Amino acid sequence: MKPSVIVFPASNCDRDVAVALEGATGAKAQMVWHGDAELPDTDFIVLPGGFSYGDYLRCGAMASKSPIMKAVIDKANAGTPVLGICNGFQILCETGLLPGALLRNQELNFVCRTVTLRVENASSIFTNKLDEGQYVDFPVAHHDGNFFADDETLDRLEGDGRVAFRYTDNPNGSARDIAGILNGPGNILGMMPHPERVISPLLGGTDGADFFKGIIDGAS
Amino acid sequence: MKAKITITLKTGVLDPQGKAIEGALAGLGFEGAENIRQGKVIEMKLAETDENAARAKAEEMCKKLLANPVMENYAIEILA
Repeated sequence: MKPSVIVFPASNCDRDVAVALEGATGAKAQMVWHGDAELPDTDFIVLPGGFSYGDYLRCGAMASKSPIMKAVIDKANAGTPVLGICNGFQILCETGLLPGALLRNQELNFVCRTVTLRVENASSIFTNKLDEGQYVDFPVAHHDGNFFADDETLDRLEGDGRVAFRYTDNPNGSARDIAGILNGPGNILGMMPHPERVISPLLGGTDGADFFKGIIDGAS
Repeated sequence: MKAKITITLKTGVLDPQGKAIEGALAGLGFEGAENIRQGKVIEMKLAETDENAARAKAEEMCKKLLANPVMENYAIEILA
């Protein structure tokens, strides 16, 4: 396993996710600067959480045009697994690799707490170690996590089983309680909650450690 | 030429900031202000001297970066 974490200016969960990946794989994640034009040899790419480019213009908009993103998009289209967490999810939507957009939270508050998610799709490479209907507790920390897409897109996501996770108690106004979605071929997952923040009892939970172990097994 | 690009949320896209502004205005006693929608304005100076060329460039900028067609509309004004 050769995981890579893309580091943008003002990414702030890059190290956390690298620690989570190392815990799951035993391999050190390669940290790749957004200004690079090429990716190292890699078979798993993470776009981490944070506030890339200060959330200027729109969350994830600038980062989606970073030099490295062309290589990430090519790799993703060729089938390499790509996981986008929080700001990473926003970036994936801005690139068009995932449909929809993340709007300002419905109540305008920055939401920072642990939420319970229901696993909706347990057959993707990211979730096939989970059970459909299983509940996992992951923290959220965002101001713009209100998933939006037109009804046709939402129907298609639901019909194709591409909703990976749903909130049990919607914290941000997301359409149909959606917390994470997959692309059509199933090699890209974008999610607002942060599994990398619950990888040890010391951090308040271990559901994230199980999640990363599962996706590493599923992806290799 | 100068370009002024106004970006607004599409009809049907919830605008919680617009709602909050509406509430604050009502709190100040401004009655009858409804359907408040907020957005952003981007102004720039363009090297193009031809209005159509300037508009075409601004249009391309909107498509590639300035607006997200999933949730936003944009309007371009070219000013001499």
